Amino acid sequence: MSAATGIMVNGKPAQVEEGSTLAGLAETLGLPDRGVAVALDGEIVPRSQWAVTLITDGSAVEVVSIAAGG
Amino acid sequence: MSAAERRPANRGEEEMEHRYPPLVVAGHQFASRLITGTGAMTSLAMLRESLIASGTSLTTVAIRRFDPRASVGLFDLLQELKLEVLPNTAGCYSAREAVTTARLAAEALGTKLVKVEVIADDTSLLPDPIETLRATEELADAGFCVMAYLSDDPIVARHAEGAGASAVMPLGSPIGSGLGILNPYNIRLIAETSHVPVILDAGVGTASDAAQAMELGCAGVLVASAVNRAEDPPAMAAAIAGAVEAGYLAHRAGRIPRRAQAVASSPSEGLAELL
Repeated sequence: MSAATGIMVNGKPAQVEEGSTLAGLAETLGLPDRGVAVALDGEIVPRSQWAVTLITDGSAVEVVSIAAGG
Repeated sequence: MSAAERRPANRGEEEMEHRYPPLVVAGHQFASRLITGTGAMTSLAMLRESLIASGTSLTTVAIRRFDPRASVGLFDLLQELKLEVLPNTAGCYSAREAVTTARLAAEALGTKLVKVEVIADDTSLLPDPIETLRATEELADAGFCVMAYLSDDPIVARHAEGAGASAVMPLGSPIGSGLGILNPYNIRLIAETSHVPVILDAGVGTASDAAQAMELGCAGVLVASAVNRAEDPPAMAAAIAGAVEAGYLAHRAGRIPRRAQAVASSPSEGLAELL
């Protein structure tokens, strides 16, 4: 098993395998196929780029969606 | 009979008829001039009833960290009702946060619509005009259809339009206050001088406030708390929808001027001499 990488997901510590992509993380988190957006270290990553975007040690991932408000 | 039973569930097949033309914001057409908010709702089931009763075409939502229980249910509800979604930047205190939030919303929802809301502090909840204008300009330049939440200052509204806002949304009174329209003269001035649709946002407490906004010349009204915190939210949604319609028709009909003295409506000619 490859080494684990420590990251933050929505402000909470999480571990992913080294070499994981955003697409892999999305699967682990069970993200729906519509209605969510992801920012990696403050940069928005379009869904089309998730499969080729690597998560590195110490990365901060924000996953957002709609909520009742406003 | 519940509101849901009165109206067809599938809005796509049988749109609710309105006694006014659609609201058009930068080419985006909305059959209803009542925009609804999802804030302060008590449950998804109640929100569903209220949205249906309001006859709305466009509803605003906040952007928050993904919560599988909350996010998915709301998303599915809006899809089921075939409502256009107006993401807002509620909770942002700077132009930078608002711009990022709008971009995240565009990515999540595939929409270029955004209600820019940048507040100055968390007690007054009043919009910060400087940051709002900055965010409006940047997002409009990036091709967003910006609906800008503003104070009721006609000059700020003019600047927002100059910054590229596709609609201006002056407040009637502070968010959630239910105080109605505190400065109708300003709202009328904004409505008369703007070249983009003016949508009254914030402060509506009951149906007459929404009617007044339309009578003053607004193109639409956004309500959230007035419906979602009402004792009977679907009933209030229906009442406000009717008020928006009545207000539009009254504005177009042209009200009589206010006078300090009575003006007789019956002729004095032809009076019988009865003494």
